[in-house]
This record gives sequence, C-alpha cells and structure tokens, in this order.
Amino acid sequence: MHSFGHRANAVATFAVTILAAMCFAASFSDNFNTPSPTASVKILNINWFQKEANGNDEVSMTLNISADLSSLFTWNTKQVFVFVAAEYETPHNALNQVSLWDGIIPAKEHAKFLIHTTNKYRFIDQGSNLKGKEFNLTMHWHIMPKTGKMFADKIVMTGYRLPEQYR
Amino acid sequence: MGFVGDTVESIRSMQIRQVLTQIISLGMIVTSALIIWKGLIVFTGSESPVVVVLSGSMEPGFKRGDILFLHMSKDPIRTGEIVVFNVDGREIPIVHRVIKVHERQDTAEVDILTKGDNNFGDDRLLYAHGQLWLQRHHIMGRAVGYLPYVGWVTIIMTEKPFIKYLLIGALGLLVITSKD
Repeated sequence: MHSFGHRANAVATFAVTILAAMCFAASFSDNFNTPSPTASVKILNINWFQKEANGNDEVSMTLNISADLSSLFTWNTKQVFVFVAAEYETPHNALNQVSLWDGIIPAKEHAKFLIHTTNKYRFIDQGSNLKGKEFNLTMHWHIMPKTGKMFADKIVMTGYRLPEQYR
Repeated sequence: MGFVGDTVESIRSMQIRQVLTQIISLGMIVTSALIIWKGLIVFTGSESPVVVVLSGSMEPGFKRGDILFLHMSKDPIRTGEIVVFNVDGREIPIVHRVIKVHERQDTAEVDILTKGDNNFGDDRLLYAHGQLWLQRHHIMGRAVGYLPYVGWVTIIMTEKPFIKYLLIGALGLLVITSKD
C-alpha cells in the first residue's frame, strides 16, 4: 500500500504541482503592474544618404535615444529587450519596419539611459522611396520574464522626415 | 522480500484478465498524452506548440534547455517578435527575433529578416543560399510564453538514448506490475 515507490511518486507529483502553481502565480502577478515608461529619440545628423548600385536607398544617421523604462521591471522580469525602429509606408509596401538600434536591459538600475549612436542595423529601403520621406520612430520593448507570459508594448514618435536630396 | 522479488512475483502471478487491464491502462496513458499534444496543436494553430531552445543565440534571454510556448495566429508579424522558422535544407527550426519587416500593399505578402539577440550579425548567413528574406510560410509560430530548464529532459534523452530506453523500460515495468 504505502511502498517506497508510492511515496516517492506522491512527493514528486506534489513538488511539480507546487512549482507549476508558483510559476503561474509569478507570471499572473505581472498583470497588476501598470508601467509608465517614457522615451524620446532625436535625429542629430544624417551622416550620408544615397542610392545603392542595386537601386535601393540607404541612409545612415546619428541618433540620440533617451528613455526611462524602470517601471517595466517586476520581480518576474529577467530582462527587457528594447529597440528603435523606423516605420513608414511606400507605394509598394503598406508597412516597412526597419530596426535601427537595439539593446538588452538586464536590471532595473540600467533602465534609465541616454545613448548617442549611429544606426546599428542598415537602414535600407526596398526600392528608392526615401527622399523627403516622412516616417515614425517607434520604441518597442519586449519584457522577457523569469517564467511565464512575455509582454510587449511601444511608444510611437511621429514627425520625422528624411532630406529631399542625397548627400 | 525485496523490491525486485516483489516485482518478479507479481509478474508470475498475473492472470490473463489482469494482463488485459494493464495493457488497456498503458494504452490510456499513451493515448491521453497524444490527445493533449494534438489538442495543443489545434488550440495554438502551430504545428509544434512547444519548442526546446537548443543554442545560445538568444542568450541571456533564452538559454539552452529552456522551453518556449508558441502561438500561430493570423495576426501580421512585426519587428521585435520572437519567431520560430524553418529554412529550406535545414532540419532544425530556429528561434530568433524579427528585426525588419516589409509588408506589400495589396497582397499582404511579407519579407522578414531575423537575428539572434546574442549573435553579432543578422541571419542571412543561416538562410538558404542566396535567400535574403523569410516569407510567411517559413514561420512556424511566435513565442508567447517561457519556462526555464524544463527542456533539459528532452535534450538529455535525445543526446543519451540509453537513458531514454532505461526510463521507458522502468516506467513500462512499473505500469505492468502496479497492483491497482
């Protein structure tokens, strides 16, 4: 009746159940956090802007990115992945999203930052539509939890425009 | 009498009716596992609802041995999402983050570029020769949930098949010899 096998089985089942319940509770508690992050991105300079040999426009820019994402962190947050993407529409494409810079914030202490950088990934259009193009810069973040559900959100910043001429 | 002696004795004393019951209960375990798995496939819309992370290319977010829960909805794919994709001529699917999206005006066809958080460059070197973008049909699902360490069970079993057979044998023996 109460053999070693039965006892071991009962203990193991109970332990796994408790672990699963704790993981679920930790993930569920994330829902009660109402974050209030702030972000601003300035384009300091268009370093160069040209049409490549294959006909695609490419632009290099210097960005000033500042944000305070510390309110995103809860006890179940392992890290926050943050990136800035240029988003625009062209006659050919309904939506173009080009990631320009990204970073990993490992802890709440590093969640308030100001950096000065050229675009980390190449800003290349599919075609030649970037002259005088209006675009949005969007700061996205993806919260990677210690366990459970992943959350994501963004701040859209509008009113950026590329130069009328290549340089 | 010891544990081994008990086991041998219980095998010897089995009746045909008892054997049938054991076979049925074994069948129930196998089929209910299958039902849960296939149910998950229908529910999540992804052909493999749970994947194990095999490489360190998404560290420190996802380490080797962590598991991800996938969901495949009709929602369009956007930058920042972690997707699981298949590349032609490569057997094992890859879990990486989307960094560029170009979506067509009328056809809603989409060009996607991915990158591992821990890799230096984008994934064009991993794609098939000459392939610049992923399309919708390459994507198996997007990651929505995360559980650490649990995938080590499968990694150990695939890399050390001996442990797998030992475990299956022991479980089978346990089911056959259990008295209720």
